[in-house]
Amino acid sequence: MNDEALWTIFVNATLINNFVLAYFLGICPFLGVSGKIATGVRMGGAVTFVMLISSLCAYGIHKLLIALGAPYLELISFIVVIASAVQLVEMFIKKVSPALFRALGIFLPLITTNCAILALALFQTNKGYGLAQCLVYALGGGAGFTLALVLMAGLREKLELASVPDVARGTALALVIAGLLSMAFMGFAGLGG
Amino acid sequence: MATAAATSGGMDDFVKGIWRENPVFVQVLGMCPTLAVSNTARNALAMGLATGFVLLAANASISTIRRFVPKQVRIATYILVIASFVTAVDYLIQAISLELHQALGAFIALIVVNCIILGRAEAFASKHPVGRSVLDALGMALGFALALFCLGAVRELLGSGTLFGAAVLPARFQEWVVMILPSGGFFTLAAWLLLFAWWRQRRERRPQVAANGGAR
Repeated sequence: MNDEALWTIFVNATLINNFVLAYFLGICPFLGVSGKIATGVRMGGAVTFVMLISSLCAYGIHKLLIALGAPYLELISFIVVIASAVQLVEMFIKKVSPALFRALGIFLPLITTNCAILALALFQTNKGYGLAQCLVYALGGGAGFTLALVLMAGLREKLELASVPDVARGTALALVIAGLLSMAFMGFAGLGG
Repeated sequence: MATAAATSGGMDDFVKGIWRENPVFVQVLGMCPTLAVSNTARNALAMGLATGFVLLAANASISTIRRFVPKQVRIATYILVIASFVTAVDYLIQAISLELHQALGAFIALIVVNCIILGRAEAFASKHPVGRSVLDALGMALGFALALFCLGAVRELLGSGTLFGAAVLPARFQEWVVMILPSGGFFTLAAWLLLFAWWRQRRERRPQVAANGGAR
């Protein structure tokens, strides 16, 4: 069992070990949907929601598989749970806001292959978190992902207006910005103790 | 004639993954493991091999079962096939080298969600026979491993002055610690992409070379 304080877990997951900028998880949506702040916020919301559900399920599945003595099924069951959760979110968003559904496009079903979510399930299992710790960890991870996405989107909105050499347009420029953001986030090291 | 076309088609399936459709540098897929484990050349190469194996096995089996899988559940089926192979690789690496297993950490399990594998399954293996799918997987795997190695070598060389753990640069070389840290991964990949973009642009400006490029 792990007895980390809840707020430490949250600060750790959001700032110090930010999923995107320190662990390189979820880079694809980070580069793909960070064009506008509004889309970024909603994408972050969707990812956080899926994280919460899959974190909850992963906790239960882990307990169950340990009881059954079949830990090798862990990876397979986690990914199935995540895929189903994403399917649910997709149906929900399509019903509630068709405009958002179109804006997120291909990146919505791709949440399934967002490594941040599977990694969250694996990390919490490795660290031996309890139920409350798992949920806080998921919330922190989601908040960190949203924060990174929104910061990136803000920078890219400004860059639209800047004149950039042709060679650097697109992914290369986005990666340089991500590198600078990641350096800035290194400043948080030591905050959570 | 027919055989010649078939061979050149097979050759093309193999070669395109290495350069023209390189998964990392051209398609910009599978970024997460690419950036995360490329802090040393050894880790990068190991990750490339592990991913390559899963890619090969997954492409071959998905291509075999492509006629039996209903269209609606195909993605779920692919993910399950991939996850099984990844579990096998995870245990295999643990058995071969515990040290390597710890260095790569959760990223071995995360091969499941590497977009390259699912992408190739959906875009190629589900539509082509086994032989061509295997060739495609081999090419893509080689391209991915090569890209990882390019990143890992640069980061290790500048970040700790070594290559595969052996000292290469003179002892008075001041290490660029930032290259091993996360931000170094972003910068190195950006530099490679810039280099390729610049090279492509230069080639397009020279007409006779561009004509050759167009004929390919």
